[in-house]
Amino acid sequence: MKTATVRLPESLPLPENRVEEHVHIEPYHGPIPLNLKEFWRYRELLYFLVWRDIKVRYKQTLLGAAWAIIQPFFTMVVFSIFFGRMAQMASNGYPYPIFSYTALLPWTYFSGALSLAANSLVGSGGLITKVYFPRLIVPVSSVLSGLVDFAFAFLVLIGMMVFYGYAPTVYTILLPLFLLLALVTALGVGLWFAALNVKYRDVRYLIPFLTQFWLFATPVVYPSSLLEQPWRTLYGLNPMVGVVEGFRWALLGDRPPELMILVSAIVSILLLISGMYYFRRTEDTFADLI
Amino acid sequence: MNPSKPHREISIRVENLGKRYQIGQGAQPAYHTLRDQISTLVTQPLRWMGIRAKEDLAPRYDENEFRIWALRGVSFEVRQGEVIGIVGRNGAGKSTLLKILTRITIPTEGSVDLWGRVGSLLEVGTGFHKELTGRENVYLNGAILGMKKGEIARKFDEIVTFAEVERFIDTPVKYYSSGMAMRLAFAVAAHLEPEILLVDEVLAVGDAAFQKKCLDKMEEVGRAGRTILFVSHHMPAIVRLCERAIWLQDGQIYREGPAYQIVSEYLSESLGTTPIREWPDLMSAPGDEVVRLQAIRIRNAQGEITDTFDIREPVGIEMEYVVLKGGYALHAGFSLHNDEGQWLFASLDTDMEWDAKPRQPGRYRSLAWIPGNFLAEGTMMVGPSIRTEDPEILHLYEPETVAFQVTERPGLGPSSRMGFVGHFPGVVRPFLKWETHLLDPNPWNGRPGLRVENLP
Repeated sequence: MKTATVRLPESLPLPENRVEEHVHIEPYHGPIPLNLKEFWRYRELLYFLVWRDIKVRYKQTLLGAAWAIIQPFFTMVVFSIFFGRMAQMASNGYPYPIFSYTALLPWTYFSGALSLAANSLVGSGGLITKVYFPRLIVPVSSVLSGLVDFAFAFLVLIGMMVFYGYAPTVYTILLPLFLLLALVTALGVGLWFAALNVKYRDVRYLIPFLTQFWLFATPVVYPSSLLEQPWRTLYGLNPMVGVVEGFRWALLGDRPPELMILVSAIVSILLLISGMYYFRRTEDTFADLI
Repeated sequence: MNPSKPHREISIRVENLGKRYQIGQGAQPAYHTLRDQISTLVTQPLRWMGIRAKEDLAPRYDENEFRIWALRGVSFEVRQGEVIGIVGRNGAGKSTLLKILTRITIPTEGSVDLWGRVGSLLEVGTGFHKELTGRENVYLNGAILGMKKGEIARKFDEIVTFAEVERFIDTPVKYYSSGMAMRLAFAVAAHLEPEILLVDEVLAVGDAAFQKKCLDKMEEVGRAGRTILFVSHHMPAIVRLCERAIWLQDGQIYREGPAYQIVSEYLSESLGTTPIREWPDLMSAPGDEVVRLQAIRIRNAQGEITDTFDIREPVGIEMEYVVLKGGYALHAGFSLHNDEGQWLFASLDTDMEWDAKPRQPGRYRSLAWIPGNFLAEGTMMVGPSIRTEDPEILHLYEPETVAFQVTERPGLGPSSRMGFVGHFPGVVRPFLKWETHLLDPNPWNGRPGLRVENLP
């Protein structure tokens, strides 16, 4: 056996910049705090998880970045053939392909982020049952990592705008706000489903159905101008309506979103806050359930 | 409620800790369907508002019937720099305790206070992604364990060297052998430098040489004034590394005390062994019409009956027997087996006063001493025998009648280990006399071309 005598120093000093950390663990009495401070403390882990998701996604698939483009692009082609050409769907005077692609861009991000977030906890079971960290990081990282796909798909839009001869309007600077609205909505709904998914495993069958339904409740294949009052008011409760209208307005110069977008924003913020609370409330049992 | 720290040196305080599990939680789809969920959604806001329906809409079942306490009423304190071992059978609550301490799950009752940065080695390699390279996984794993990016970057080379994977650090982990991946994972965890380290069975990782390294690293951590809570089935490691041990049984603290003592009690109780057997009724005692065994006892040098021995201590095997029929030249003896069933040796009474001498009837006592620094660590089982050599008669042989534990406690002076921490092979461990001399301080003198390098 190749071994040497190991003599260890009798005492090594503790790290010099030792900060006295104190953790107190006990069952909750009363309302559970959101504990966003803890989330902030673990922001580097969030960064690494997003980085891992992106790296793995582009490493693992043969097509890599192309995959991010193919999905919205071919959906656009199919929609253009069936809705644009065959059904002669109105498109507010824009060529149907660019009309649908400006909507598919945020929609693909939204539906992808939503289903990734909803399945994120169950997918990270190995991590959750072994290490402590604020669980909120897991769905948040899924929602953030989808932004890279969005960026690739955006390149196609630029190409299409050049092809069809559309210059972006000055409102393009507001685009991040609409994207943020899609992100917050996806996260809000994703949090609800992620937490429910752990507890009730049949929830995951509901998600594809929900996104499909949601697609037709959002003006992706048709213009929202097709709807009359009072349905438009009800329609405004769907935050994705505001997102899609905002994208078309900022990029193509379509009708600006009405005040309903404020309702959309409020709905989506309410979804996020309630999602965070529900998530937090179930968070501590995740490890026991997964 | 944030209780103030009573003494600066306390590092872990567990008070009346309990964790209740619902059996079948998450595994019984009948109770966890959409229908259930929807009805909960309906009733939950009402409950928040303090309104409670006479009968909840959610399906109910007798709650107590499906509940078990994995842990209950557990309280203990660990001082800063103390290394404490947790022993117990599977299902005794060890893992639940660790899961609460690492905040993976929350307790049902009671509280835990931890002062200092907590690191855990619950299952090394958590969060390793096979598609990523070793380098990427070090960063990812470090972040998962709570290290900052700069901290990982600073320790990166040390981690890679420790794991012995320098050549493959930019290869995806999927091409690693399982041993390599484990080494890398442990290396990351070992460099976390926490003030409180919670360790669960990492010693099952890797080959013997790497196990030794892990134990070294742990001992180093322990000596650095850090607190370690160590859960293991590897009893010799518990005795060597821990000062104190807690024995959990059925979710409660069964015993608590010096590690060597707890381990040896644990081993003897779980193996059902004892250091003393006596047969007061002569007629049912082992033996024949010539001789019957009345007692066998294991004694230490102070004459106390015990089954706990340090490796340096001599072990006394005492036999009492009654000779019923004279005229036989008897030899008491015993066999010694370890807990793996290996026969270590047998011994016969070497007292020349009685050798080849026919015995007269009466009660006799024979005492044999196994010297200190002779046996290896482990559980030793003693099988007493009495025989006549000429003619050959085996009057009695009772294998594995009594047993004792040999452990190696730290700080009791030199032993054959000489500070070596890892797995030390062999069924005996004699402390040999060695002589080492420096023959020539300058052997390469006058031999050009030969260079002697100092080893690190």
